[in-house]
Amino acid sequence: MQVPAYVEYEKATSLAHALNLLAKFGPESRILAGGHSLIPMMKLRLAQPETLIDINGITELSFIDVAGDELRIGALTRHSQLLDSPLAGKHFAILPDAERVIADPVVRLWGTVGGSLCQADPSEDLSAAFAALQATMVIASLDGTRTVSAREFHVGPYETVVGPGEILTEIKIAITPGGGSAYEKVGRRVGDWPVAAAGAAVWLDGPRIGAAGIGLTAVGARRFSAREAEEFLRGAPATEESFSRAGAIAAENCRPVADQRGPAEYKRHLASELTVRALRRAVKRAKD
Amino acid sequence: MQITLTVNGTEYSRVIEPRLLLIHLIRDELGLTGSHWGCDTSNCGACVVWLDEKPVKSCTVLAAMADGRRVMTVEGMARGARLDPVQEGFARCHGLQCGFCTPGMMLTARWLLDHHPDPSEAEIREALSGQVCRCTGYENIVRSVRWAAEYEASERAADQL
Amino acid sequence: MSETLSSQKAYGPVARKEDARFIRGKGTFVDDIALPGMLHGAVLRSPLAHARILSIDTAAAAAHPMVEAVITGEDLAERGLAWMPTLSADVQSVLATDKVRFQGQEVAFVVARDRYSARDALELISVDYEPLPVVTDARLAIDNGAPVIRDDLGQGRSNRIFDWAAGDKAATDDVFARADVVVSQDMLYPRSHPAPLETCGAIADFDLLTDRLTMWCTTQAPHAHRTLYAMMTRLPEHKIRVISPDIGGGFGNKVPVYPGYLCAIVGSMMTGKPVKWVEDRSENLMSTSFARDYHMHGEIAATSDGQILGMRASVLADHGAFNGAAQPSKFPAGFFHIFTGSYDLKAAYCEVTGVYTNKAPGGVAYSCSFRITEAVYLVERMVDLLARELRLDPAELRMKNLLRPEQFPYTCPTGLEYDSGDYPRALHTALELAGYESLRSEQAERRERGEYMGIGISFFTEGVGAGPKHEMDILGLGMADGADLRVHPTGKVVLAISCQTQGQGHETTFAQIVAAELGLSPDDVEVVHGDTDRTPFGLGTYGSRSTAVSGAAAAVVARKVRDRARLVAAAMMEVSADDLEWDDGAWRVKGDPEQARGIAEIAMAAHSGLDLGPGVEGHLDAITVYNPPNLTFPFGAYICVTDVDPGTGQVIVRRFIAVDDCGVRINPMIVEGQVHRGLADGIGMALMQNITFDTEGNCLGGSLMDYLLPTSVEVPSPELGATVTPSPHHPIGAKGIGESATVGSPAAVVNSVMDALAPLGVKHADMPLTPAAVWCAIQDASKEVEAPDE
Repeated sequence: MQVPAYVEYEKATSLAHALNLLAKFGPESRILAGGHSLIPMMKLRLAQPETLIDINGITELSFIDVAGDELRIGALTRHSQLLDSPLAGKHFAILPDAERVIADPVVRLWGTVGGSLCQADPSEDLSAAFAALQATMVIASLDGTRTVSAREFHVGPYETVVGPGEILTEIKIAITPGGGSAYEKVGRRVGDWPVAAAGAAVWLDGPRIGAAGIGLTAVGARRFSAREAEEFLRGAPATEESFSRAGAIAAENCRPVADQRGPAEYKRHLASELTVRALRRAVKRAKD
Repeated sequence: MQITLTVNGTEYSRVIEPRLLLIHLIRDELGLTGSHWGCDTSNCGACVVWLDEKPVKSCTVLAAMADGRRVMTVEGMARGARLDPVQEGFARCHGLQCGFCTPGMMLTARWLLDHHPDPSEAEIREALSGQVCRCTGYENIVRSVRWAAEYEASERAADQL
Repeated sequence: MSETLSSQKAYGPVARKEDARFIRGKGTFVDDIALPGMLHGAVLRSPLAHARILSIDTAAAAAHPMVEAVITGEDLAERGLAWMPTLSADVQSVLATDKVRFQGQEVAFVVARDRYSARDALELISVDYEPLPVVTDARLAIDNGAPVIRDDLGQGRSNRIFDWAAGDKAATDDVFARADVVVSQDMLYPRSHPAPLETCGAIADFDLLTDRLTMWCTTQAPHAHRTLYAMMTRLPEHKIRVISPDIGGGFGNKVPVYPGYLCAIVGSMMTGKPVKWVEDRSENLMSTSFARDYHMHGEIAATSDGQILGMRASVLADHGAFNGAAQPSKFPAGFFHIFTGSYDLKAAYCEVTGVYTNKAPGGVAYSCSFRITEAVYLVERMVDLLARELRLDPAELRMKNLLRPEQFPYTCPTGLEYDSGDYPRALHTALELAGYESLRSEQAERRERGEYMGIGISFFTEGVGAGPKHEMDILGLGMADGADLRVHPTGKVVLAISCQTQGQGHETTFAQIVAAELGLSPDDVEVVHGDTDRTPFGLGTYGSRSTAVSGAAAAVVARKVRDRARLVAAAMMEVSADDLEWDDGAWRVKGDPEQARGIAEIAMAAHSGLDLGPGVEGHLDAITVYNPPNLTFPFGAYICVTDVDPGTGQVIVRRFIAVDDCGVRINPMIVEGQVHRGLADGIGMALMQNITFDTEGNCLGGSLMDYLLPTSVEVPSPELGATVTPSPHHPIGAKGIGESATVGSPAAVVNSVMDALAPLGVKHADMPLTPAAVWCAIQDASKEVEAPDE
């Protein structure tokens, strides 16, 4: 089995300690949470940090709660916890939907929400789910905290706005009544990265869609979202026809790349098809 | 760096390189070769052990991350001569052929039964979906877990009498 | 011919002896073994698919404080080991000297004190490559203008390896010319890989004092390896011991000798310490024996009312950069000529051309029964395409053409003699088990609702148990197998066999065979295998040989023991040997069955002071070498039900019905376990498994993230049935089952998906039928509808 290159290791006992360690060891240090994104990269020697800062002991970063009118998810929350959370499931069914199709049951016990988001794989399911929900990321540094919208969080493949010396601490989502959300993914097999996936979050206004968020992953959609399709849906009747049109617009505006998972034309089709299916289920849930 | 961890109830202290993977600590340092490895990309699950009562792919965590924690491997499943019902189920239902994936499968099955004592066939398949078997086609593995579930249910019923 | 086997008490679903150690994590796999002073090896591999080696600088690696040796091709060349013979009588580079010919090819070997340091030291070796043009597509490689890969075999050499044919070309052409209907189809059986869960590895321990080499190795053929090492290294064969400890799956991947094994041996010779080399998964997928990669063109000729007259096939076989395929030497395309299938054909003809490409060597692996997976896939797809053309139900078309029981033994148009079979009964059984009629009704209903459900059938005949020595050898070693049986004075028995288990349960099933012959309990029989010092010579476990050949040897040697026992029993009971008959586990006086002696007491008597009579030696032990008179021919009928989502291309396998006939079933529980596996293999190959390359020759299937294996979620609960048609020539009528389901299942899955998509105009799409492949096939078919051919 492949093994990592030499690395130093530090264990952080608190968020402040972790931030200080990041400052001390500089940009060649990396945060180690579940390790299920980072360690595989280190084994293949695609990532060779000089120092790992283990934050698994910072339990205050692991939580799912509602504060005011926001659902808050700590970055150290394990995928399985988000999957099984009645609170998250009640407000945003898209989250357990997405978690159910991320990796596999054992990996989900250890990989963290924050770890996956910061890995910033262009096929990351949670990136699309949080984009659909228009979530807000909270980033801490020694200078305090700042917030960034989920849609501004990713700079490019494997790159986020989290700078050296910063740690993603939580994800917040505004709770608005009358909503429904869903996630649809196609993979070549269970546990595979998506060939394409779409998440939809809708709020109904009578028979019409008041507001909609559509997240897309693995199809080169800007900011993991389908902004043009969302704009079309605002005020549109919540009908199959609208879903279909929204899907077409989403497909037009993404830039999928051909690879082993399929040709671009197919992925573009999925962007449309899965947007439609996600909308259909999201609307149904909103009505229920 | 030095780490101290408990494996199958016994405490061990070792000086290791931080990059040492947990699976290698278990196999090469501690000589517990019942846990195996089969891939480079955390896909196969041959390396599954328990870390603090949860199954983990031990090729994907550093031994350093297990410092101060508890590990259970297949060697710790039996109580002396008494096999765990999951182990018994695998033997009775031909749930293994070459035996290479078996420790990982059994440990995940044990965790499943601890949390869901009466899993359906679909739930068992889902729980094991991150682990590969090349020999059995999975059918007898599922039957083995069902056997253990039913055995434990009847034991619990007997206890209540 | 076999005896009344259903009365064999020792047969049946006996629990496996092997399990006790495995469920406790007490197996001994190669990587579990640690020897005092043991060093670790690692292989440096070429990142390029085709390149000249200009220089290799190992100085920095050798200077690493934990490194004890660095070996290059030049070092091996000094020992005459830079090249080694392959199982197909080609040569393969052990460590590259002149060029590298596939991505992942072995270039240097590091020996270090621990495995992490060995891995680190690889990065300290610098190799200067001059890239050369790459060819990975067999269809391009066969062209005269293609880059020449094997210039080591001579100047101006093309990439063509062999041309082989079977059948009667003229008769077949004639049949095709006169047929009402001819259907033809190109189809690819893509490159896949057996991917056993345990990768390949070895520990070489060369003792400088005694000049003895001990190899612990993941090998399916320890004796063949021993003989090969003797030939390669010129170490005397009696000073070489090869031990296969527990093996974590073989599936043909662990048959060849790999460069890493030889490097470990040389490393041990150089350092005087044991050297362990175990490959990682990417090395396994990128450099060890792949499977399939057959570009096939099939044709089937029939009358308009559905009588199949003939089959024709031409195949381009991609063998990678070296011809390392493992099959009997006279059959470079293995038993592909069984593509005649299970049908009564008038004529058949096939041609196979082998070609080199810039990819890893191999080809025969992954339960292919020597290319029968390819043959069965071809014929069963062709039959379905014919059914589609003639608008006949595929079950009906098969039933109409299946060979009848009275036609056996049957010599097919390409010369294979099928031993026995009742094909219609197997198909009927499968159709009933599946509820075929209701499935077709359900399909019709669903089609009305715009739902796409498929029912696919595959009927296969395969030939296993290679094979008769005069016809079948590998590198001159005839494919017979030995068995030694020793009977201890207290009547306990040790059977030493040459074939090697990788999970098939030999320790149990072979004990059952011997127990049945000798009236013992399987608990009284210890099976020894895997250690060349303790077992007789044989060619190993693959091609489902174990039951067919080694199992036969076990039965024959047990009968020899029984015959010796008769003479001793006669002495014990003071009767003539002719007065005795074997019945119900004992030698009994004819007409006075209470007068009996069982094996245990006979054994004691043999070793006692009893006067056994002239010429009778005081023991019951026996040895045999079994040379099978023919292959055995297991067969089966499989039915696969799938549901296809045309919007995404996703396929769900809903049901898999499998009726197998492997002759006499020694342990039904183990038989079924083998079938379960093969069905999963079929789903994997049909829907997701593929080792692909880009135009630069980069291997895109080098990890389990991209080379996808089926999980518990993709494989439904199989529904199994069985018929039993004993093999007339096998001592216990058994045929072998290990590869049957892998052979028969892919066509069932593909036929099912094609059946589901038939209303959308899809006729054929190549495996793997990933969601993308399915969706694209649907799009292509609809474009054809819009713009039909002239």
